[in-house]
Amino acid sequence: MPEPDQVAPVAIRARRRTLGVPGKLAVGWLLLVVIAALLAPVLPLDDPNDPVGSIARQGPGTDGHVLGGDGLGRDLFSRLVWGARASLLLSVSAVILGIVIGGFLGLVAGYFRGRFDTLFVGLFDVLLSFPQLILALTLVTVLATGEGVSSTRRMVVLVFALGVVSIPVLGRIARANTLTWSQREFVLAARAMGARHRSIMFGEVLPNVLPAMFSIALLGIAVVIVAEGGLSLLGVGVRLPTPSWGNIIAEGRSELRDAPHVVLAPTVAIFLTVLALNYLGDVVRSRLDVRESAL
Amino acid sequence: MRVVARRLVHLLVVLFFVTLFVALLTSMLPGDPVDAIAGFASEEQKEALREDLGLDDPVWTQYGRWIGDFVTGDLGGYYSVTGERPVMDRVSTALPVSLQLMVEAQLLALVFAVPLGVYSAYRAGSRFDRTASATLFGLLAIPNFALALVLAYYVGVELGWLPVSGYVAPNEDLLEHFRRMAMPAVSLAVGQIAVYMRLLRSDMIATLQEDFITMAKAKGIPPSHVLWRHALRPSSLTLLTVAGLNVGTLIGGAVIVEVIFSLPGMGLLLFEAINARQYIALQSLVAIIAVGYVLINFLVDVLYAVLDPRIRHARA
Amino acid sequence: MIGRREHVTRAPDELRPYSRRLLEVDDLATHFTTPRGKVRAVDGVSFALERGRTLGLVGESGSGKSVLSRSIMGLLPGNVERQGSVAFEDHRLDQMGPAELRSFWGTQIAMVFQDPMTSLNPVMRIGRQITEPLRFHLGMDRREAEKMALALLASVNIPEPGRRLRQYPHELSGGMRQRVVIAIALACGPKLLFADEPTTALDVTVQSQILDLLRTQQRERDMAMVLVTHDLGVVAGHTDEVAVMYAGQIVEQAPTRTLFASMRMPYTAALLQSIPRLANASHTRLDVIAGRPPDLLDPPRGCRFAPRCPYAQDRCREEPPPLQEADEPGHVYRCWFPVGTERGQEALERNLAAPVPQGVDG
Repeated sequence: MPEPDQVAPVAIRARRRTLGVPGKLAVGWLLLVVIAALLAPVLPLDDPNDPVGSIARQGPGTDGHVLGGDGLGRDLFSRLVWGARASLLLSVSAVILGIVIGGFLGLVAGYFRGRFDTLFVGLFDVLLSFPQLILALTLVTVLATGEGVSSTRRMVVLVFALGVVSIPVLGRIARANTLTWSQREFVLAARAMGARHRSIMFGEVLPNVLPAMFSIALLGIAVVIVAEGGLSLLGVGVRLPTPSWGNIIAEGRSELRDAPHVVLAPTVAIFLTVLALNYLGDVVRSRLDVRESAL
Repeated sequence: MRVVARRLVHLLVVLFFVTLFVALLTSMLPGDPVDAIAGFASEEQKEALREDLGLDDPVWTQYGRWIGDFVTGDLGGYYSVTGERPVMDRVSTALPVSLQLMVEAQLLALVFAVPLGVYSAYRAGSRFDRTASATLFGLLAIPNFALALVLAYYVGVELGWLPVSGYVAPNEDLLEHFRRMAMPAVSLAVGQIAVYMRLLRSDMIATLQEDFITMAKAKGIPPSHVLWRHALRPSSLTLLTVAGLNVGTLIGGAVIVEVIFSLPGMGLLLFEAINARQYIALQSLVAIIAVGYVLINFLVDVLYAVLDPRIRHARA
Repeated sequence: MIGRREHVTRAPDELRPYSRRLLEVDDLATHFTTPRGKVRAVDGVSFALERGRTLGLVGESGSGKSVLSRSIMGLLPGNVERQGSVAFEDHRLDQMGPAELRSFWGTQIAMVFQDPMTSLNPVMRIGRQITEPLRFHLGMDRREAEKMALALLASVNIPEPGRRLRQYPHELSGGMRQRVVIAIALACGPKLLFADEPTTALDVTVQSQILDLLRTQQRERDMAMVLVTHDLGVVAGHTDEVAVMYAGQIVEQAPTRTLFASMRMPYTAALLQSIPRLANASHTRLDVIAGRPPDLLDPPRGCRFAPRCPYAQDRCREEPPPLQEADEPGHVYRCWFPVGTERGQEALERNLAAPVPQGVDG
């Protein structure tokens, strides 16, 4: 019977030093999105909030509007670019929050172990006991809905909620990596030389833990972008009229029959971004070869 | 036995913190909770409500009362100008709908993922393997709500093959039930197929290298039999555990899908509660969902220990 | 009589008289294609085996002995090149496709693997693992197969066979597991059994039991057996003939008694030397063969054992020695300066007197 090929050849292929075509495409797309988002205020775009009745629900190419207009006649392309700004700001901030807090807690838990470990792992467990979207949904609803909630407040609460949700995931990775690294000799050596815990943790262990968290961070950004979409559909995403990829889809839902491009454009944007982030996250992870599951 | 006991303790601790958090949600509302819950009411009604909900009581009393109510099925009510309606009524009809959706989505995902995973492992590195993996990787990137919307539009509206909204119980009309569940289940399942297939594939590849597989082949057993009867079982443990755990995680996606397809499940209830600012109802709904999720995870954990004869005997 | 390499003319089947010759391997070579190049795990092996006879295949790890037995059976993974012929009762195994081979595996040819813990499916009950080939190949129904399984377990001296059928592999001791593996292999009554280091993973006390068991079964069933091992001691009491392998080739082959009495190849002598002896005082230093087996990617030009051989001369390093016949019948070896001959003795003395040491501990 023909056997499955040796696993080795496939693995060798994956470990190439260079990035390869898909990788370069992924990086290219992400750079494009990031630059567009950053430069949105200075790019020659139409006002994303200005409704022009004539192009309402008209498809791509109408009157020089690249993607046409949405349900209210606002330029879709412009909203998409500004939406990238909001979505990226939200997701990157949330993940950074998760890394900072989760990473710190995981670092301390993995380094000192003992009571810290039990406490923080317990905290992670409790946080993980909630389905992620539900927890985020609840936090946003309780803290940022109701009368007179401003866009800014909603945004802050969104970052907070989605950050809190990512804390346990990032915390666990940080802890697992810290556990491995703090067993190494160079840590013992530093201790023997009289270095204080703080400097060892941040000076020696942390730099080794960060790269592993980077791959999860990439994946995490993708997850948060999608989560924002879900939250928008439920009415608690980024507050309108400020566009985000999620709320453009949510708004466009009612126009699906007449103007499907309103939903399709941000969907494609999310799809490509998530694909790129997933791919790069995988590549980074395989490069670093961290065996978190071993712990 | 000792293992189960330890996990039970863990379970109770987690349940405690989870319910504590949920019970205190209303006090986390900015401003005066009563205003948020029943802003339309008169001052006396608000006072009565405040007393009823015990919002002035110390934390532990509040929690105690809330737990007591929750366990006895008093989930609070929907407050509106016309009065108060119990949440429990709506939950009892909504819960089965959501459960059906999640289980059906999970089964659908497994039905596709298992053969794909087995065959990809058998022919690891082949064109089939690489194409399948790449395609599924791409499918993973599609947000499930986007897929749901696209399906609803193209399959439901344009082609008119399947209804885009509503629910029919399976004991009423099985065919109609599936016709209405099809697109929602598919929207949830697609993302899972990729994950499950990858998981099974890597476990299978590892198993296929083991000696006992070579031995089975040396017995003259045909390859299909070796794959399905010898290799699959030891490789499927991780998959089943993850699938079991995911039933709970699907809740997040289920909420959105129910909203898009107007399925009267917990997700839709949640959505309505949010829109109508029914914070008490929201609190109870979240509590049910969270507790359910914890319990499912616990059961899966215990099941895992039972299923693997090695673990079962090692702990004996 | 186990023969040496020769070309056999085949008579058409109908006219062929009943022959006891079961297996004939002719110049078999097995190459693995790896990212680093072609590894010649088996490089030109020939031998023949008759019914009811046991051939011991001895060699260090890396000598190619395990690859050889799997190669003969056809059990190797995809990136393998095979040359030469393997004839089992006139059927050319090397020319068969996977489906055809499968009809031989289990029924005509079977294999016992080294580690019984990993060669049994850990999540499948013993009973099912035994009845499986019975139901597949012999078409038995479940009841018949279970009865047969009980009989098999009894025949390999497993106590309480009924209880064992329901158990999982990890519930049995190592020795019992190996007995189960043997029972499975023998289930359909094969004519040829490959035992690949069947006792290496077991306690010493259990080892002889297993070997005796194999021998008994073999005699009862008139079954041929190839016993693969790295331990010359194992081979001594349990085989009819021994072939010593080194770096993918057979370097000496003889009936067992002859081999031990008058070995010719220095490698065989060194192997014999390195067996710890009960008679020695405790803490006696073990005689080991210095150095390591050659890289099979690019074997040395001359004799492959030359770098480690105390008898090696220049000729050994230049010219690979062919398989030559010794005086005793059925005895072949591959050496220019064999042990126990004048030539060899002179070579050894020359080396001992030389300033550069040749390798073996004194």
